[in-house]
Amino acid sequence: MSFLTLDRVSHHYFYKNGYTKALENISFTLKEGEFISLLGPSGCGKSTILSIISGLFKQTEGHVTLENKPITESKLAIGYMLQQDYLFPWKTILSNALLGPKITNNNEDSMRQTALQLLEEVGLSGVADKYPTELSGGMRQRVALVRTLINDPKILLLDEPFSALDYQTKLKLEDLVGKLLKTYHKSAILVTHDIGEAIAMSDRILVMGSNPGTIAKSFEVPIELRNQLPLEVRKHPKYQILFDKIWAELEEKEKQKGRSS
Amino acid sequence: MKNDETLFTAYQKNLKRERKIILSWQLLILISFISLWEVSSKMYWIDPLLFSSPTRITLSLFERFINGSMFTHLSVTLFETILGFIIGTIGGVIIASSLWSSNRFSRIMDPYLVVLNAMPKVALGPIIIVALGPGYLSIITMGFLVSVIITTLTVYSAFNEVDPNYEKVLKSFGATKWQCFKEAVFPATLPTIISMLKVNVGLSWVGVIVGEYLVSKQGLGYLIIYGFQVFDFTLVMSSLVIIAILAAMMYKIVERIERWLIKNTK
Repeated sequence: MSFLTLDRVSHHYFYKNGYTKALENISFTLKEGEFISLLGPSGCGKSTILSIISGLFKQTEGHVTLENKPITESKLAIGYMLQQDYLFPWKTILSNALLGPKITNNNEDSMRQTALQLLEEVGLSGVADKYPTELSGGMRQRVALVRTLINDPKILLLDEPFSALDYQTKLKLEDLVGKLLKTYHKSAILVTHDIGEAIAMSDRILVMGSNPGTIAKSFEVPIELRNQLPLEVRKHPKYQILFDKIWAELEEKEKQKGRSS
Repeated sequence: MKNDETLFTAYQKNLKRERKIILSWQLLILISFISLWEVSSKMYWIDPLLFSSPTRITLSLFERFINGSMFTHLSVTLFETILGFIIGTIGGVIIASSLWSSNRFSRIMDPYLVVLNAMPKVALGPIIIVALGPGYLSIITMGFLVSVIITTLTVYSAFNEVDPNYEKVLKSFGATKWQCFKEAVFPATLPTIISMLKVNVGLSWVGVIVGEYLVSKQGLGYLIIYGFQVFDFTLVMSSLVIIAILAAMMYKIVERIERWLIKNTK
């Protein structure tokens, strides 16, 4: 059953002196509970896709539907996690985590317990009254994760949320996110340029081409890898096979680009 | 361990010594300025009729405080300045917010703001007096006008410099424009608004004193102009001394408020 559907979505960016076509004919579906990665070089429109799904701006052509309804009609369906945490420095960790309920008038107080519980679950107990500047990068990104999860979104959009972290923190956080998404049975779309991360975390990988952004190829992640934690996946023999395949695909793209330009 | 302690006390002692040196230099400059002034006036190096002298100023101030006349002038000017300052700052923030709320509105207003900003506001004095009558209202308006436009422009540009990703986070929760303003844009700009307070203290004094020059029967600006007209330069200098003290005090108070606000809003 298709859950989220993108149907021939295109997007243009307009400027005073011209325009660029950022996306062309993007079509894919996301099943409930599925984890998809969008993999591609920077500037291929990966983030634009997320912005369109989240409703930050509207695509110039095509349709995005969630459970057969236009995405704009379904409120609260989306949780968005950015490259940096963007915690509000003047709010405490707890108020940062409670930002979603506050905005949607979901009664901040009744959610307080949930927030504390989630913070504990991501390994952050006892920091609720601290301010973001007192926390390390990895901790801050975990708070951002709680802030995203607290509104119980149906789909999580992850826009390279691990790329600003050091390698060890990144691997740990991948495990944590992977585990949480499995437990709460959430669907997710991860944007990344890290092949390893894409394989470790997702069920399906869409490799994108650029100028304009298109979906070049789709890779299914072997079933043995899907239910493992990201760190374990990296040790699996099939990981390397898939890695090499995707690598070859990206290299091919690069060569084509070199030839055409 | 004892060595660390001694090093630290030595460091502290050094700090204290440095502070003492600076303070004594500051006092030295003040005292030599005043005594040089006094001596040159007594010895007729400068015309005492024009430049007065510290003793005369002190005596004149003393006299005016005893009979209470200085206090009335002082409080009138202080009242006008504080009001002009507050209205100017709050008004500027409100106008900046309304500019932020509508991109189209801000683009429409842009040329007018540029002209108003470039225009010397005190030049509007006569028109304001004609429009609002010779009284408090005109003078407070002057104090307000001098600070409001620059506050508007500074705060508005600070609003626009807030990292758009904060708004992105809020919008992903479905926040309205007002919620974005309240949760992200305004708190992020608060430090700019607070530092604007300090600038506006000085600006409001300019507006109010010029306003009093033009029209008024009371106030420190009036005393300066009156002293000038009757050739009583001791009175002019006394008023200047009072203005300097009051302006510095107001600046210090605003600085205190600033520190308190920053601590309590984080």
